Formats: sequence, C-alpha cells, structure tokens
Amino acid sequence: MAGTGIGKRVARKEDARLVTGRGTYVADLKMPGLREVAFLRSPLAHARLSAITKPEGAGDRVFVADDLDGVLPITARSTLPTYRQSDYPVLATGKARFAGEPIAMAVAESRAEAEDLCEAIELDLDELPPIADVWRALSPDAGRVHDDWPDNLCLRTEIDQDLSELEATAAVKIEREINTARQCMMPMEGKGVLAYWDDRAAQLVVVSATQVSHIVRTGLSECLGLEQGAIRVQTVDIGGGFGYKATLQPEEVCIAWLALRYRAPFRWIEDRREHLTAGANTREHHYKIKAYADERGRLLGLDAEVWVDIGAYSVYPFTACIEAAQAGGNLPGPYKFDFYRCKTYSVATNKPPFAPYRGVARPGVCFAMEQIIDAIAREVGREPADVREENLVPLEAMPYTNITGKQYDSGDYAASLRGVRRQIGFDQVRQRQQTGEADGRLIGVGFATYTEQSAHGTAVFASWGIPIVPGYEQATVRLTADGGVEVRAGIQSIGQGLETTLAQVASEILTIPTDNIQVLLGDTAMTPYSTGAYASRGMVMAGGAVSKSANVLAERVRAIAAHLLQCEAGEIAFENGEIKSGAASLKFSDVGRAWYLRPEELPEGVDQGGLEVTEGYKPGTDLGVFSYASHAAVVAVDPATGHVEILDYAITEDCGRMVNPMVVEGQAYGGTAQGIGTALFEESPYDAFGQPLSSTLADYILPGPAELPSMRVEHMETLSPHTAHGIKGVGEGSAIAPPAAIVNAINDALRGLGVEINQAPMPPSHILDKILAAQEAAS
Amino acid sequence: MKPAKFEYHAAGSPADAVALLSRLGEGGKIIAGGQSMGPMMNLRVARPEAVVDIAGATELCAVTDDGDDVLIGACVTHGQIEDGDVPDPSRGMLPHVAGGIAYRAVRNRGTIGGSVVHADPAADWVTTLIALGARIDIVGPDGSRSVQAEDFMLGAYTVSLVEGELVTAMRLPCLSEEASWGYTKLNRKVGEFADAIGAVVIDPARRFCRVVLGGLDGTPCLLHETAQAVAKGEREALPEQIRAEIERRLPEAAPGKKQIYGVALNRAVNAAIG
Ligand SMILES: Cc1cc2nc3c(=O)[nH]c(=O)nc-3n(C[C@H](O)[C@H](O)[C@H](O)COP(=O)(O)OP(=O)(O)OC[C@H]3O[C@@H](n4cnc5c(N)ncnc54)[C@H](O)[C@@H]3O)c2cc1C
Repeated sequence: MAGTGIGKRVARKEDARLVTGRGTYVADLKMPGLREVAFLRSPLAHARLSAITKPEGAGDRVFVADDLDGVLPITARSTLPTYRQSDYPVLATGKARFAGEPIAMAVAESRAEAEDLCEAIELDLDELPPIADVWRALSPDAGRVHDDWPDNLCLRTEIDQDLSELEATAAVKIEREINTARQCMMPMEGKGVLAYWDDRAAQLVVVSATQVSHIVRTGLSECLGLEQGAIRVQTVDIGGGFGYKATLQPEEVCIAWLALRYRAPFRWIEDRREHLTAGANTREHHYKIKAYADERGRLLGLDAEVWVDIGAYSVYPFTACIEAAQAGGNLPGPYKFDFYRCKTYSVATNKPPFAPYRGVARPGVCFAMEQIIDAIAREVGREPADVREENLVPLEAMPYTNITGKQYDSGDYAASLRGVRRQIGFDQVRQRQQTGEADGRLIGVGFATYTEQSAHGTAVFASWGIPIVPGYEQATVRLTADGGVEVRAGIQSIGQGLETTLAQVASEILTIPTDNIQVLLGDTAMTPYSTGAYASRGMVMAGGAVSKSANVLAERVRAIAAHLLQCEAGEIAFENGEIKSGAASLKFSDVGRAWYLRPEELPEGVDQGGLEVTEGYKPGTDLGVFSYASHAAVVAVDPATGHVEILDYAITEDCGRMVNPMVVEGQAYGGTAQGIGTALFEESPYDAFGQPLSSTLADYILPGPAELPSMRVEHMETLSPHTAHGIKGVGEGSAIAPPAAIVNAINDALRGLGVEINQAPMPPSHILDKILAAQEAAS
Repeated sequence: MKPAKFEYHAAGSPADAVALLSRLGEGGKIIAGGQSMGPMMNLRVARPEAVVDIAGATELCAVTDDGDDVLIGACVTHGQIEDGDVPDPSRGMLPHVAGGIAYRAVRNRGTIGGSVVHADPAADWVTTLIALGARIDIVGPDGSRSVQAEDFMLGAYTVSLVEGELVTAMRLPCLSEEASWGYTKLNRKVGEFADAIGAVVIDPARRFCRVVLGGLDGTPCLLHETAQAVAKGEREALPEQIRAEIERRLPEAAPGKKQIYGVALNRAVNAAIG
C-alpha cells in the first residue's frame, strides 16, 4: 500500500542534514558578542570551601556562588515517606560534595582563555573524609554528605511479604550478589547551553541541548525567580540524550543567570573530560538476592535487597529516588510468582548526582533477575531457556497484574523467547558446543527477556510526588493555505526520529505525504506544553496527541470540503492526499485556500477554530503500556585471556503498533550497542578518595563497530488496548537486555570451568581472574 | 579541555628544527602528528611555550635505503606504513602492526617517530622496533648519533634524548627471505592500546632471533633465553620456557598479567615458527 502513514518504512526526514554535517548543535551557533564559559570544578570529592580567591582584576569575569544574587538552588522534592530532600546549589556553597562539582565559572572570548582564568582561581579547601561508595556511606562512622541528615540514606522502600514458609519448604534456594558499575551515558554531543537576552521580546532565551525544554523553563523560573513569560527555552539539533539531558542542569541555571545579569550572550559546552568525571552518574546498583523455586525451577518467591549509589544530590525533576523505586517495582520483570520481598536503599555518596539513563533501573534489574533464572535452571539441571519460558507470564493470563501491581496490558512473552531461540539457532549452538572449537575458545548462548514499562503517566509520577508530573500531552496540527501540514509538539527529538514518525501519524489520518508535513519540536515559544522526551513516552504520548489533533482537524476539513463539494461531510474521504466525494474531488489546498485566503467561500457556522487544532492526549491507563522483548547472544570466551567475542545476537521484540519499523530497528540497534557497552566495556571507577579514575576516553572504553555484532531484529505486533493506534513505547528497551543476555552466555560458556560471573562490566581481566581462581581452587 | 597559550613554529628540515629548538630552549617542544601531544596539551598535562612542527619537513617523511639498512623517516605516518606506501624491510610486519594502531584518523596523522619518542609502554612501535633490531637515528646541536631501539627507551615516557635533539629516522635491517615473524597484541578492543604484546622475529640467514614482551609498565622486555630456545626450534619446551622466563623477569606481576603475557608470547612464537 502506498502512502507515508503508520507502519511505513519512511526514510527519516532528519537524516539528510544529520548525516551530511548540516545539523545545527549548540556549539555551532554564532552570535555577535558571544562569550564562552568554563567551570572550575572541585578537585576533591568532599571538602569544605574555606576561601575562593578570584584572580586580580577578574572580578567581573569570574563568578562564585555568592555572586549569583537571588539564585535559588535546584530543589527536587518528593512526597515518598522516607525521602530526604537535598538542595543542589548551582555553584557549590559551603561544601563541595563530589569531584567535578562546579565551584566557580569564568567568562572569556574563547574557551581556552576561560580555562586560563579558571586555573588562576585560588581554591582553599579543607578536605573532609570522602564517602566514596555505598558501604562506606552506610557505615556508622562515616561522615554525612548532607550535614543536616541523620545518615546518608536518601530513600528507603520496602515491599514485605512473609517468606518463612518458602524458606521451610522450597526445593531450591539460590543466593547471589550481583553488581553493576557506575558509568556515563556518553551521548555524542555532551551538554551545551547558550543564553541571551532578547530585548524585543523582553525574554531570556536559553538554547539548550535538553530533552525537556518545558521542564527546564519551569525549573529556570523557580531558580532565577523570573516569571515564565520572560523565559523561552529553545532547542536545536541534539546529539543524543539518553536521560542525561532530561534534568535541569546547574550549568543551565548559571549560563541563564549570566545572560540575565549582563543582557548579553554566553555559552558553555561540556567537554568529554567534564562528561567522564562530573557526568559519571548512572547504573551503579548492588543486589543481594535469594530466590526460591520448586524442583522444576518454577520461581516461587524472591527476597531482594538493592542499593543504588545515588551520588551527592537529587536531580530535578525526577529526584534521586526513581532509580531505586523502579528497581524494587521492576525486579520481578516478565515473571509470574507470588511471594516478593524487596528493600531498596538510595544511598548518598560523594559522586555525581544519579540521573535516569535509558532503561532507568531496568538494565540492572534485568541483569540480576536473568542471572537468577539461569542459576535456578543450572541448579535443577534444566535448560535455562526452558525454565525461563515456564516462568514467564503466559499469554492466557493477559492482561496480568503482577506482584508489584504492574499491569501488563498485552503480549505473548513466551513467543518472543521462542522467536529468539529459533533465530539464534539454539540447537545448532548446543551441538557446536559438543564438538568444541579449534582455537580453544568456549562457546556459550544466553537469553534475556524483559518488559519495558513505557509512557507511564500521571498516577505513577504523582505517587512519587516529584516536582513535575506529566499529564495530558499536547500537540498542534495545522493545515496551511497551500495544503501542507505543520505539526508542533513540545516533546524533543534527541535523535530518535520524531520529525519523521510524528509526521507519519498525521499522514495516516490526513493522507498527506510526510514530505509536506513540517514538524517543529521543543521550543517553548512555538510548541504546546510537554514534559518532554523520557520514559519511552514520545510515540505513545506525542503520537497520540498528534493523532487526536489530526482527527479533529480532519473533521473541520471535511466540513469545509463538504460545503465546497455540495455534499454531506459523511461522504467525504481522504485518499492519497486528496479529498474525495464519489467522483468529485478537492485538494487540501482548496480547503486551506478557503479558510485563509477566500473566507467568503466558507460555509455558514464554520468552526471558528479554523484549520489549527491543539488537543491534549492521555492513554487509557496512567500505569504505562508494556513493551517486551527477548534477546539472545552467542559468545566465544577465550579461557586463556578472558576475552569475549559476541558471535551472534538476535532480538524478538514487540512494541505494539510500529509507526515506522525502520525507526524501531534503529532503536533496537542503538540500544543494544549501549547495552553491550554496559555489559563488556563501560565503567567509571572511583578510588577510596572519591576520585574518578576514568577521566579520558583512553580509560573509558566504549564499544566500536568492530566489537558490535550485526544484530538481527524480528518484530511481533500486539496492539495495546489502551493507546491510540495500539502504540507502545520502544525508546529504552534494547538497552535493558544485553548485559543479561551476555552474562548468561558467558556463564554458559564457562560452566565447565566452574566459573560464574555476576558483575557488569565483564572485562577480560575479571573473567580471567575468576578462571584462574577456579583453577587454583581445583588444584 | 583547551591548551594553554603557545607559540607555533614550522620547521622545514631537521636542521631547521634543531636551530629552532636551541633558540627556544626548555620551552620548545617538537610536534609531529600531534596524536599524543594534542591530547596532552588539551588536558594541559603538556604546556610548551612553543611547538616546533616537523610534520612538513620532507626529509623526515621519506623512506630511503642506504644499502645496509632501510631508513624510515620519523614523520612517516602509521597510515602510510599500513597502506604499503613506503618500502617495507620487514616482510609485512610493519604494515601489520601499523594497521592495529588506534583507528584510521589517528593513523593518518600519527608518526612512527612521535610514537617511539612518546614511549608509551603500551604502544606498538616501541616493542616492534626492538623485535626487528632497529636503531634510532638522532640529530642534535652536537651532530648526529644512532642508538639501538632497546637502549633508546629508558622507561615509561622517557627516552635517551637530550634537550635540543630530535629523532630523524628508524634504521631497520632488511629481513632475509627465510625470515618470519609473529605479533600478538592483546587489548580490550580493536585499536586500543595493548594489555600485552608478544613480538617475535626469526631470521636464521642473519642469525637473528628476538622475542620481545611489550605492554608492560615500563620498557619492553627482551627474552633472551626464550629467543635461544626458539632459534634452536625447541618447540615442546617453549611454553614452559616462556612461563619460566616471565616468572624470572617479572616476579611481581599479578597472576592474570603473567597469564596474558604468556599467551601473547606463545601465540606470537607459534605464528613466527608456523
Ligand atoms: C585514540 C588514540 C589511540 C591510540 N592507540 C594507539 C595504539 O593502539 N598503539 C600505539 O602504538 N599508539 C596509539 N596511539 C598513539 C599514536 O600512535 C600517536 O600517534 C603516537 O604516540 C605519537 O605520534 P605523533 O606523530 O602523533 O607525535 P606527537 O603527538 O606529535 O608527539 C609525541 C611526542 O613525541 C615528540 N616527538 C614527536 N616527533 C619527534 C621527533 N621526530 N623527534 C623528537 N621528538 C619527537 C613530541 O615532542 C611529543 O613529546 C593512539 C593515539 C590516540 C589518540
């Protein structure tokens, strides 16, 4: 079928500029009088600031917290019962709480000169005992990250059920400690912000690399004490976000303040070193888990404790608590069992403030849960894939409310596992393992299945009581005089293709080709309110809003067209960008022309809203719609070196109705690449003094093209009963499963050596040390 | 991450560079491909008052044959060696090694001379040149001299250059037709610096056999006893010989390190003896 509507593999509209170097990023902007800003960051993880001395004569070019008159700290509250509030000062006040925390900023013609100025600032710091990890933070003699807290716990959550009967009766009990390292999100473009004062509009204009422009506007208004009407947040192209750009950044507030104070343009661009140190803010989880199962490996209950190293402050608006709260809520994953106990601890340390990274908590919980399933299978002597399948929520149980109250709306989880098992050639892999490899490497196959809560909305966020709760998502759809369409939405594209996919939704309803549909995103002055791009919500929420607005617009077009064609509105149909009634037809431009240029031709009583519609949309449930997938990996482990090669990788995924399968596949490839980074390479280690040890890309290893397998992606399409067109979110999913599938594959390969790996990443040195230790123990 | 202020001078020839260096004194520093200097200056770990750019000195970009040795100019890039754009005295070893350094953008600019002077223990050329029995040609205010590659590198990031000197060429003997080599670099990913390097060159016609272990904390290690065993063709004894020599030379290394050193050496030896 021709057309550019939902389900079509339409080539991405944005790619022509993005892949030919014609995109515009914050760093590309030019502006007369623009000055560059560098931040002086704390060299120590934990220190009292006794004195900061500006270089001679640089009083108006170097700024510290005291200079920022009237600027309030970033404040992320939550109504969760045990939550402790921490103010996040935009420049450190009193204490520095992590290495990399901004202490001062310097302004100059060039970034190099601004860095010169930073070097000339004298810092007098009194070092305090660093709290470099959760275990240190929890020890009774540790100091406090926040002096007014009674301990270093930001949040505790508890789901409690009595497991004593299982303890007494379960045939199989498995205990594991599982860890995932701290890491960075590493978008190709780091953070960046430029701000200036627009005299004509009497507005502070803040151009920021942000996923959440409207949230940033609200946050800036709070921190700067400026009414929202005087603030415009604008976006240009954004080179990846992944959650890193989904919070209000202290640097955004600082640059905005400079522009406000001096009525001139200022800019800061995060460099890679700042990202690697001050931005090492995600994924660090620690698990202690006890699982109970029957003799077939059927999971009966789970007893878990989860510690999240949340760093020094709570980010706005999501706070530091959603990570652990989501970990506790999502650990059961796609599995059906009846007894669950889980305690989570969000522990403050002297590290950068934790932020939600693609998959938020779920890569960690999936990593933990999938290892447990495999460990149970090994314990009962069955195939992990079989045991996994038997434990999944079955198709007949859908819709299913799980042990933590998640409402799995639809889908056949087991079918995705069978799909990936077939794709990966499971039986052939098992055969190949029998023969052994000529080069001495060991082959292993591993699986992981997950659910991805997407587009969770008002009720979920309201239950956390955080500063901003998403509600109705709005989008504007407008027909132009010449029959084109303009879509405006407050959500932000960070590379995920929304300029194309939102156009496809409008095209589906109006049949106008996407080439004639302009999509404008993010700019708070031009778009209706949206809380932005996060939580795999874009296509569900903004797609739903565009759909709803386009449908209302379609009604209005029909009414005018019916008048022009002298027929009933009900007889009008849209076909390939034309308006038809029987043999008669009109162009959309005829209707556009009537409204804008020839109003004398309009029917009496025409809808005065004209050809521009803004509607608000929410799915039928606030609790999220659940995408899911299974991943399978085949690895070869070199037992002599610990080196892992991924030989094959397959995905069977279901995100409901695919607006553009090519874009879905793009999300699968990109997310999997990031997940492989988490699994095998990426790590931001800290020493006992809280000093980051990976401060350049020489130490922080990212997977490159040679390390990534060519992944195969197979789709299932179970429509959500709750959303427009049956769409589910898909942005985060593929980053969730790779660490789990890969660790299970590695452990499958190493089984004969009596070695089991339980951490991510899994560098060769770690695998080799475990192999050598096992050999030592055996001899 | 922008460099501190510095002056820029271009040198058209080695003599020019020597003159500039002596004029600039301590504050002057050579820059060739900039692939190590650039990052160090951006991180402000290196803060030269002035840089002397030798990448445009044609004499340093040439490969010549003086009858005995092939001289690879200091400013020949990894990429040129990889592509076979310059004569190769090593029967394929140099292009093989070059292709495994970093990624292409770095190889397009990074030079063999810059690499040996930078003397990162985990870099490829320092180990390779020792294995090939290369000499390093040097010129300075007091004229020119030549040093064996294994004597040139003194430790991590330190070489036997004195102020005002620069490296002009790598002087490599031509491998004979019977010669063979093996090179095993163990690293986290393609193009990454090495965790261990085994480099082996066997050239019976020239009575030459070297086994070198690189990717250590300091200078690469020449394993003489293993080399003798390789030369004698004592195949069966080699794994134990390698293990023992590592144990003797690097007793402090962690067990995991000793293990990968052994693997790199065994694989390189096996590749060389075929
Ligand atoms: C991302 C990345 C990955 C890399 N991976 C590897 C790898 O896998 N293996 C590897 O071996 N290397 C690797 N390198 C290093 C690379 O090979 C560099 O090119 C090399 O170390 C320096 O050569 P250069 O010409 O760029 O020297 P420069 O950076 O210009 O100079 C380096 C040093 O040598 C001095 N110098 C340069 N030329 C001379 C001369 N002729 N005489 C005297 N002094 C001189 C300079 O003063 C400076 O101190 C990597 C580099 C990068 C950026």
